[in-house]
Amino acid sequence: MMEEICAHIMDITANALSAGAHYIVISIEEDHERNLLATRFNDNGKGMSEEMIRRVTDPFFSTKTGKKVGLGIPLLKGTAETCGGTFSLTSKLGEGVDIFATFALDHPDLPPLGNLKETIIVLIVGNPDVDFSFTYTKDGNKFSLDTREIKDIIGDMPVNHPEVVKFLTKFLDEKTIFV
Amino acid sequence: MNLEDLKKIREKAEKDIELRQKKTRIKIVVGMGTSGIAAGAREVLKTFVEEISNRNLLDVVVTQTGEKGLASQEPMIEIFEEGKPVIVYGNIDKKKAQGIVENHIVGGRPVMEYVIEAK
Repeated sequence: MMEEICAHIMDITANALSAGAHYIVISIEEDHERNLLATRFNDNGKGMSEEMIRRVTDPFFSTKTGKKVGLGIPLLKGTAETCGGTFSLTSKLGEGVDIFATFALDHPDLPPLGNLKETIIVLIVGNPDVDFSFTYTKDGNKFSLDTREIKDIIGDMPVNHPEVVKFLTKFLDEKTIFV
Repeated sequence: MNLEDLKKIREKAEKDIELRQKKTRIKIVVGMGTSGIAAGAREVLKTFVEEISNRNLLDVVVTQTGEKGLASQEPMIEIFEEGKPVIVYGNIDKKKAQGIVENHIVGGRPVMEYVIEAK
């Protein structure tokens, strides 16, 4: 199991990036009243065939090709199922991947969320050619950020320019939802 | 800070030649596969992002990549610099990352004790 939910976020995103995604939607919802943590990942990468889906979600399934499959998806599925939640993955070749995983917030084995603010910044800055849409909802408070909006403003100034990185850091630091 | 402030930053960068992005001199690539992430690669990536923006290094970029294939030495990073061998560092943490920026990226001297390969 990963030590933080944010590590799962990094890992699932890394899969989307290796599948050639250039737009990745990540949403995280924490709702204490419903005792629910829900995470959704949607990308526009090359997607997965049915066989590939079986391979990444069933650790006992193997094929003769021996092609390497990352551990990110089985790890997330394992954490969700261990922590009283659910996991689903839908995909078609050429149509990206949609992953939805939930967790019971009060489950003793649920890893802490981790530093979401930092995760958002490293994903944006470390992948300047990829667009991200982040939504974080915590008990009714909502934060959202779409890098396409940022890039519309900065034009040909790259998103990893030191001044833009400083802006993003301050912008997120001021959001009380991350405290 | 809001998107209006970002517009001002953009306008300032347009006028101020000092703030313009320069041709990339050094590229730092951080391995972000499952094992790298589990070993703390995000913190390493964040440290590089922070150091580079705080020092206003306009000719250095840091990006992430997938599994590096040497799980035992994660977090791993590679430094690409034109005309020089690629330097691979292993077992990097926040403090080592700061040292690499100071000595290698700014000072031009690779930190030999963390180097696992030069290719």
